[in-house]
Amino acid sequence: MTVNITLNGKKIEAQPGQTILDVAKENDYRIPTLCYHKDLSPTGNCRMCVVEVKGNRFLQAACVTQVWDEMEIETDSQKTITSRKLSLEQMLANHSPNCATCDVSGECDLQDLAYEYQVDAPEWGTKGTRYKVDSDPNPFIRVDFNKCILCRRCVLACAEVQVRDVWGVAQRGFEEIIVAGANTTMLEAHCESCGQCVAYCPTGALSNKLSYGQGIARARQVTKVTTTCSYCGVGCQFDLLVKHKKVIGVVSNPDAPVNGMALCVKGRYGYDYIHHPDRLKKPRVRRYLLEKKDKRLKGNAWDWIETDWDTALDITAGKLREARDTHGPDSVGVLTSAKCLNEENYLMNKLARQVIGTNNIDHCARL
Amino acid sequence: MAGLAASFGSGAMSNSMDDVSQKADAFFVIGSNTTEQHPVFGTMLRRAVRFRGAKLIVADPRRIDLCDFATLHLRQKPGTDIALLNGLMYIILDKGWEAKDFIAERTENFDEFKATIMEYPPTRVSEITGVPVNQLYEAAELMAASKPMAVIWAMGITQHISGVRNVMTLANLQMLLGNMGMPGGGVNPLRGQNNVQGACDMGGLPNVFPAYQPVTSPEAIEKFSKAWGLDYGLSTADRVSPSTVHRLSSTVGMTATEIIPGVLEGKTRALYILGEDPVMSDPDTNHVRECLEKVDFLVLQEIFPSETAVYADVLLPGVSFAEKTGTFTNTERRVQMVHKAIEPLGEAKPDWWITAELAKRILQTSEVLDAPFAGWDYTDTSAIMDEINALTPSYGGITHARIESGERLQWPCPTGEHPGTPILHVNKFARGLGKFMPIDDVPPAEEPNDDYPMVMSTGRVLYHWHGGQMTRRSKGLMEVYGEALIEVNPEDSQKLGLNGQNRVRVTSRRGSIEARAWITDRVPPGMVYANFHFPEASANELTQAVLDPVSKIPEYKVTAVKVELVS
Repeated sequence: MTVNITLNGKKIEAQPGQTILDVAKENDYRIPTLCYHKDLSPTGNCRMCVVEVKGNRFLQAACVTQVWDEMEIETDSQKTITSRKLSLEQMLANHSPNCATCDVSGECDLQDLAYEYQVDAPEWGTKGTRYKVDSDPNPFIRVDFNKCILCRRCVLACAEVQVRDVWGVAQRGFEEIIVAGANTTMLEAHCESCGQCVAYCPTGALSNKLSYGQGIARARQVTKVTTTCSYCGVGCQFDLLVKHKKVIGVVSNPDAPVNGMALCVKGRYGYDYIHHPDRLKKPRVRRYLLEKKDKRLKGNAWDWIETDWDTALDITAGKLREARDTHGPDSVGVLTSAKCLNEENYLMNKLARQVIGTNNIDHCARL
Repeated sequence: MAGLAASFGSGAMSNSMDDVSQKADAFFVIGSNTTEQHPVFGTMLRRAVRFRGAKLIVADPRRIDLCDFATLHLRQKPGTDIALLNGLMYIILDKGWEAKDFIAERTENFDEFKATIMEYPPTRVSEITGVPVNQLYEAAELMAASKPMAVIWAMGITQHISGVRNVMTLANLQMLLGNMGMPGGGVNPLRGQNNVQGACDMGGLPNVFPAYQPVTSPEAIEKFSKAWGLDYGLSTADRVSPSTVHRLSSTVGMTATEIIPGVLEGKTRALYILGEDPVMSDPDTNHVRECLEKVDFLVLQEIFPSETAVYADVLLPGVSFAEKTGTFTNTERRVQMVHKAIEPLGEAKPDWWITAELAKRILQTSEVLDAPFAGWDYTDTSAIMDEINALTPSYGGITHARIESGERLQWPCPTGEHPGTPILHVNKFARGLGKFMPIDDVPPAEEPNDDYPMVMSTGRVLYHWHGGQMTRRSKGLMEVYGEALIEVNPEDSQKLGLNGQNRVRVTSRRGSIEARAWITDRVPPGMVYANFHFPEASANELTQAVLDPVSKIPEYKVTAVKVELVS
């Protein structure tokens, strides 16, 4: 069974149960949305997706209204545009006006819509900051409710994607606010710091603390490189954000085959080891090797000396060959790495078997 | 993996995370702290329970976070998994709930298996495992009523002296219930490291070449000899330099848990270690240190000066995943691209380059014959993948180009046209018929006694990774979880006189660690849980190198310890 509707004057066949937004998308009509996200339950609370339905006194939110037979819909009538502008004006009235210093400027849904509809914060809006900036001690997630538009995506992301229920809504009217748990800190409300709420937040109300101030949303300064996580075996993919030859952050890539937008605390926020000052940047050999002395000599024989690649590789190759030729191939043990690439593991297997001639190769699968 | 290979003929996760989480009517999670160790899959399970009404049975001595979502939590004593599972299968058989058609058509050895199971009536099993009889019945009924049910496990099943037998017992359960070869069912071991599946697939194991071709097989030896330019019994005329051309070894090699102790036995003289940290991750740290101190030569290729680097003679700086391009294979056999985002830091080099350079410098030209893959001149990892495609049947059609074009490939994928295999064992097991294995209960190697009255289990926590080389260098993670914590049950903490701020000393026959106690009912009375993320209090100072006889996996999950208050 199908339902026949008229969308912006065009006759369209739709399936019962589809929302106006679904049908519009299928037929390439764009209806602006803000609180709606395809991964989350629609709530219809931001009123950006309102459309005019013939015979209805009020505008209908397209994300939550199902189509019916002989429904006639206008998605861009003057009435809807006026209403969207008014909704935007009300949101901007309560929203911190400082886009220039905002971390997500450039990737902010509110900013995009305000620009599209050419709406500015109204004169009568809130002056100054109502809430403490960076109000939660969570080390990864920066909370600034002065930028919150109460769209509830964070509440739904935590409930429906992470299934952790950290965020909720408290108070009513002008005092309405998002709270963690019973108005406590995120970690006390059992937050796992996965950052799903940040990924789904359409504004800068929730942003990334570790990369704050580095302009991760400023497209001209940052390149995104899609890659696979280096922690567990789930194989989540995400985008590394690179600026000035440094990894400055990780963001969800909605096309990731296994995980979609979801990531865990290590994947999203455990990237800063990449540039840790402890990183080894030059080959090192023990002094005794350069001076061709006995390894067990007292004194400085065991000091590290930084050296060039040729020296380090020749010493290493010489020692491995010596063990192989003196004590036999099975005197050499090779531990390859479950953290390295397939291609690298293949080469380690080839080195052990072809070059050394031993099957003494293993890795930490058992550990 | 050895366990599944024996039962089914393939040792990998049979299903995909997507079909398991969307199609299973029930999950049986045993020995996997999924929400902390495979967090994103953990959230898929939570979603299935909350939004789809899937049932969840957790069997774990600890009250892990997933228990909050469980229909039923079976809290068996550590090291009693076989008894528990055999007991559940007893009830299923006793009630006639087994999948009779599946058993008749697709399996063998059922009668012998059934005879063993009949020795595990509920009362006996309850005595061994500590799980109440009524919970055993409840679990068996849930399992029988839920079609399909997916079994999910991790190191909590494998890191026992009975690891392989534990796995075979789970394979038995899924055959008994007929849950193999279908979406939402299967045997689903979750691989720990990002590329542990790939390291196994690529022959990073002592008994197999890439794609599990046995090193003892004459056909495999001939194949790799021809590819790599080695001698496998050529006539004298074909030999360029008969005395020096290499031959492949046809003897199974030593595992990691044998290679390192092999130093003290005079077997191991030199070690080439790539991105591993045995001082943190291997059992019985004191013994590992002694071995590494005594080895003639240790070259370590790493990104950090790890705890193992202390014993290295040469340190070669490799790169992180952000500095190289290639592939990882995830737990469900999916091969995915890793893309270089930044140049290697300083003079560090991609690990494949370093290995190839070493090979070129060790191998004399007279040691190999002219052959398609004898050489080591690779321009990039895609060239290495070409060689893998040629020699690794299950990766035959998995090229960088196909993955880059958006194809989603899970091995086996033998040809360039093959779409990959999301679910194994559909209609037929890799070995033909699935084999029921009669398995008897095996007590842990080290049971508590008067001197060491408590049981310690080990593992990781959400905020850290393995030996901690990466996560201990991550600011935010250290802020949330900055020191080792030992989980102690409130009952035990009262006996010890803990107040929530105290440190405890945990001692085994091999060593002793001190750390702050976390008083929590996550652990049952009589058990403590410790991690191995922090060198100042690593659980592996206490664990023992007692191994499963087949897989050589150490028994990390059961160590007898005593716990004292540090005043």
